[in-house]
Amino acid sequence: MSKILIIAEHDGSALNQATARAVTCARQIPGAHVTIAVFAAEPAAVASAAAVLAGVDAVVTVASAANGHALAATLAPQVVALAAGYTHVFAASTSFGKDLLPRVAALLGVPQISDAMAVEGAYKFKRPTYAGNAIVTLEAPADRILVATVRSASFEPAAGGGSASISAADVSAELPTHTRFVSLSAAPKSDRPDLASAAKVVSGGRALASKENFDIVYSLASKMGAAVGASRAAVDAGYASNELQVGQTGKIIAPELYVAVGISGAIQHLTGIKDAKTIVAINKDPEAPIFEVADFGLVADLFVAVPEIEKALS
Amino acid sequence: MRKILVGVKRVVDYNVRVRVKPDGSGVALEGVKMSVNPFDEIALEEALRIKERGEAAEVVAVSIGTDEAQQQLRTALAMGADRAILVKVTEAVDPLVASRVLTEIAKRENADLVILGKQAIDDDAAQTAPMVAALWGRPQATFASKIAINGGTAIVTREVDAGLETIEVDLPAVFSADLRLNEPRYVKLPDIMKAKKKPLDVVEFASLGVTADVGLKTVFVEPPKPRAKGIVVKDVAELVDALKKKGLV
Ligand SMILES: Cc1cc2nc3c(=O)[nH]c(=O)nc-3n(C[C@H](O)[C@H](O)[C@H](O)COP(=O)(O)OP(=O)(O)OC[C@H]3O[C@@H](n4cnc5c(N)ncnc54)[C@H](O)[C@@H]3O)c2cc1C
Ligand SMILES: Nc1ncnc2c1ncn2[C@@H]1O[C@H](COP(=O)(O)O)[C@@H](O)[C@H]1O
Repeated sequence: MSKILIIAEHDGSALNQATARAVTCARQIPGAHVTIAVFAAEPAAVASAAAVLAGVDAVVTVASAANGHALAATLAPQVVALAAGYTHVFAASTSFGKDLLPRVAALLGVPQISDAMAVEGAYKFKRPTYAGNAIVTLEAPADRILVATVRSASFEPAAGGGSASISAADVSAELPTHTRFVSLSAAPKSDRPDLASAAKVVSGGRALASKENFDIVYSLASKMGAAVGASRAAVDAGYASNELQVGQTGKIIAPELYVAVGISGAIQHLTGIKDAKTIVAINKDPEAPIFEVADFGLVADLFVAVPEIEKALS
Repeated sequence: MRKILVGVKRVVDYNVRVRVKPDGSGVALEGVKMSVNPFDEIALEEALRIKERGEAAEVVAVSIGTDEAQQQLRTALAMGADRAILVKVTEAVDPLVASRVLTEIAKRENADLVILGKQAIDDDAAQTAPMVAALWGRPQATFASKIAINGGTAIVTREVDAGLETIEVDLPAVFSADLRLNEPRYVKLPDIMKAKKKPLDVVEFASLGVTADVGLKTVFVEPPKPRAKGIVVKDVAELVDALKKKGLV
């Protein structure tokens, strides 16, 4: 049997949806027994949220003041201590998971499978390389613990309705003092859907040409009930903040609808949106590579077309 | 601080769209333009700036690769690295192996800081920096977008999904460079000439006592599923209509 430990991602109060997606991946392993581990200062709320996910068999909590902020150096030895007896350790392939799991894998002395996108067997997974242009099937040895991060865009979040037991785990690990949390400047809270999990996303590129102009993107997104994203060029130019970047080095997303406004479609950007169900591209250059992946392409000046779309939706 | 170690991986240039070989054994690399991993250029630039501020004495570029990776190390030397080390292998290594090698070099060199890229754009693994930190028993600051050295500690701002996180770490430590850490300098012709005279040591992988096989097997490699061909709409009305029909707006 596969005993899978998933490290919960949370902000101290809410469970990140990416963890529910990792549960779906874990459940695709035949005969999986799925445990979610919640490391927190006060894990109760997050543990309750994890326990109701369908397909979760158990939730274990590790409460400690040291776990008040997610620092990989502090969490990794605790994960290693907890991992004894499990066959797999998973986390979502988010900035949290990418920071933590390789540290865990190295401490365990095993390689890691990053961005697992399809389950081919208990020890066999597909993952993207070369910005998604080459999909590799990897097989890990079955006699060792398998550490993997799960590509969120490839799995739907597990549904609710579960009722896993919650228990406190006793983890004894020596924690380092060499890494200290200072501050988190989070993006201002907004009523907009979260980019990583939104059903619809409107993204703007370099063509927006200024931070003020980028408001057109926000305005269309509001009209559609969509999250806002951006290309790297738009982020670098300061039109949009960095956590909105979509692509190889930003967020990999799979919304129902992705609208690319004034984005050329560089491979690094496309890898972030390839799993979107429907892609719309608005670009004035008919040769722009974004049109190769767009389901609906509109060759037009965005400053004319976008307000028109908004009007048509009113 | 005396010494900063920087990872320099030779990878397919970021502008190249690679093709998977028809037999599924890998990607076709013959005749393809190769470059320094873009994140490693950023890592090196940061190391050079730390040195130029008088906060470090030496910058050493390390690559684990075939003989051809000497080209990328020469680029690193031309950018300003003081010397380079090539750990010679015959085949690409897993990030765990790269981490073991880099940790061994960091120990031998008595490095005070290791700066790597946040990810290599070939394997897209994003594993090596945290692995080196773990094996070396040192702090890590991944996805760094700002680094300030204060004697024996450093304050690093990290790009995380929620925004920007700032942490403080004791040195020695391992950092991984994100895109917005800096903009790498261009290499000038005289620097290329000067770089030819800088030391580049070649170390045989076998001499490091690291096992190359970590058990992970590549079963096969395939191209991604192509997307169905889309259509070009003639105007906004047709676009909105099409989206309405699909229930998307
Ligand atoms: C290591 C590395 C990692 C990277 N990671 C990412 C990543 O994660 N995400 C990412 O997005 N990029 C990434 N990039 C950058 C990527 O290569 C491109 O440079 C970037 O995506 C370009 O952004 P853009 O499409 O907004 O700008 P451009 O390529 O400049 O495209 C602008 C487009 O707007 C169109 N346009 C101009 N004016 C108008 C108008 N009035 N109306 C309509 N259309 C107009 C133009 O025809 C053009 O196609 C990365 C690069 C590197 C080297
Ligand atoms: N073969 C290598 N040679 C030198 N540096 C490497 C090598 N492999 C990985 N690295 C470093 O580790 C970073 C992350 O690589 P990866 O974990 O493979 O995504 C790279 O940007 C390099 O700085």
